[in-house]
Amino acid sequence: MTVTDAARESVEAVLEQDRVDSHLNPPATYDLEAWPVPTGREETWRFTPLKRLRGLLDGEASDARLTVDTTVPEGVTLTEITGEQARELGELPPNERPAALAAALAGGALLLDVPADTQVEEPVVLRLHGESLDDLVYGRLLVRVGRHAKVTVVLSHTGSARYSAITSVLVGDGADVNVLSLQDWDDDAVHLGRDSILVGRDASVKHTSVSFGGDLVRTHANVEYAGPGGEAELLGLYFADAGQHLEHRLFADHNQPRTKSNVVYKGALQGEKAHTVWIGNVLIRKVAEGIETYEENRNLVLTDGCRADSVPNLEIETGEIEGAGHASATARFDDEQLFYLRSRGVSDEDAKRLVLHGYFHDLIRKVGIPAFEEQLAATVEAELAKNVVEGLDPVSAR
Amino acid sequence: MSTLEIKDLQVSVTTDDGPKEILKGVTLTIGGGETHAIMGPNGSGKSTLAYSIAGHPRYEITGGSVTLDGEDILGMSVDERARAGLFLAMQYPVEVPGVSVANFLRTAKTAIDGEAPKLRTWVKDVNAGLAAMNLDPTFSQRSVNEGFSGGEKKRHEIAQLELLDPKVAILDETDSGLDIDALKVVSEGVNRFRGREDKGLLLITHYTRILNYITPDFVHVFVDGKVAESGGPALAEELEANGYDRFVNATV
Ligand SMILES: Nc1ncnc2c1ncn2[C@@H]1O[C@H](COP(=O)(O)OP(=O)(O)OP(=O)(O)O)[C@@H](O)[C@H]1O
Ligand SMILES: [Mg+2]
Repeated sequence: MTVTDAARESVEAVLEQDRVDSHLNPPATYDLEAWPVPTGREETWRFTPLKRLRGLLDGEASDARLTVDTTVPEGVTLTEITGEQARELGELPPNERPAALAAALAGGALLLDVPADTQVEEPVVLRLHGESLDDLVYGRLLVRVGRHAKVTVVLSHTGSARYSAITSVLVGDGADVNVLSLQDWDDDAVHLGRDSILVGRDASVKHTSVSFGGDLVRTHANVEYAGPGGEAELLGLYFADAGQHLEHRLFADHNQPRTKSNVVYKGALQGEKAHTVWIGNVLIRKVAEGIETYEENRNLVLTDGCRADSVPNLEIETGEIEGAGHASATARFDDEQLFYLRSRGVSDEDAKRLVLHGYFHDLIRKVGIPAFEEQLAATVEAELAKNVVEGLDPVSAR
Repeated sequence: MSTLEIKDLQVSVTTDDGPKEILKGVTLTIGGGETHAIMGPNGSGKSTLAYSIAGHPRYEITGGSVTLDGEDILGMSVDERARAGLFLAMQYPVEVPGVSVANFLRTAKTAIDGEAPKLRTWVKDVNAGLAAMNLDPTFSQRSVNEGFSGGEKKRHEIAQLELLDPKVAILDETDSGLDIDALKVVSEGVNRFRGREDKGLLLITHYTRILNYITPDFVHVFVDGKVAESGGPALAEELEANGYDRFVNATV
């Protein structure tokens, strides 16, 4: 058994107790009463600048929609269903107010259905586009993947809106699912998204959240397990520019034995008041013997005036685990790396570009969707080109 | 003819107790086609000299000058110095995760030549350059120096020397930590470089071992931040036999 020291302490502290619910992750429910409008003092809301949500938590009704552009491959269907049907199909209930509002006010849901044993080679891409920040939009999506099916789903968000969405991914036994959520919004968009994944027995899931655009993006990626042997890999990549708030909240709920979760989020920040938040919650329940979990968050701060908050939380209710660990690091460009590259004639700007490319490289490769890997690498470099030159500090610019 | 001229160079580093003077007036001229060896005890300032010439930001130049072909290089940025024709093979080459050797070499070559190398010949050159250093072609897809053994890092430095083809190269203890076969391979690479027209070489080393393969024209004994004595190859033999005692004591 490999457990970090920090984890070992929590094991001892928690073992005597017999808690069921995670104090950081209140029980999920559709009941709006359970989700009052946050004040900003709540542990789960304290990092988020509520004013910039532009009323997204008020509960105002709206008929506005994002446009959905997609080509659905053979064997897969995309249909509109009612909220009732979504719940009957096993939608994962809301675990916070915006998700509850989305469920209550979206007026139905989209169902992407991948029947059992279907193997879809090309990614199923849903291009979700918003026309304007004036639009208040609630979204509700269900992705149902039957047993032993294999599929890649990309949710690409562009344009602008005030958007709150609840997404549930139900993964059948032995299925292999890859989900990419790409937040490539215009500068003013506000996006609150909750993706929850139920991992079937021996199923394997990858979920990647990529956030480049938007004024405020706050997403959840949650996994829980329907049976033993499931594996989840939760990846994330973000690049915050001046004034942007990008918040990624993870929750791996090990509620079944011999399950695995592996979380890697990497971000870069540049410009005044660029703010990122990463919260990585892992709960290992009493029944969850023999599980393995690892979570890691790295932030590269490119200029002064940025802030990266990074909080890993591990709650452990059983001592019988295979391995649990976490790492979190926030750093600036490494002067020695830049010096080495520049001593080979590479300009300061190109040296930074190379180091940044290298920083994200492994993660981009892991996304496992070749059609998007190149686009991601190019976006990273384009982000860097935006204003890193202004941010050069005098020492390294010498 | 390319000439690296170091005149009365004085360098300090910032420490917790304020600035500390490390180089106390170094004067040395490396002419085109010449090989100079610098030998000196640990902590005498050899790497400081190398890094200061290359422009590492940690070192503050407090006096003196360094010119390459008459041009002041101390006023240049690190990358400008490299593009002017300076190369430093480092004592501890730096790892750059996620950046492949191939990408790194192509970016460096493009920067130094001012244009991208011809793809076809370049790939061949890189593979040949790696092969000459006994590094198999898979190295070009690995991250720069990441997970390289000590000897592989040094051989990678010399592969760069041959590919980037500077005017003047400074090798900071490239021989340390090499086994005898690697030492031969590295020496052959350095000698090929020396065989090109008008190349200057400053070889920093602790051991005369490498001087059996790379014969210097001049040997300098470096003690306490300056050159204590200069001579021919015979001086290296004396150091091998008697150590640095004579010079260290002389400065006390
Ligand atoms: N940042 C620093 N702060 C304090 N002292 C420093 C710093 N950098 C270098 N020095 C000191 O300067 C002196 C010269 O160091 P340098 O690395 O140049 O020696 P060297 O001759 O290359 O030694 P070696 O043979 O061990 O490689 C040493 O005493 C070293 O401790
Ligand atoms: Mg040294």
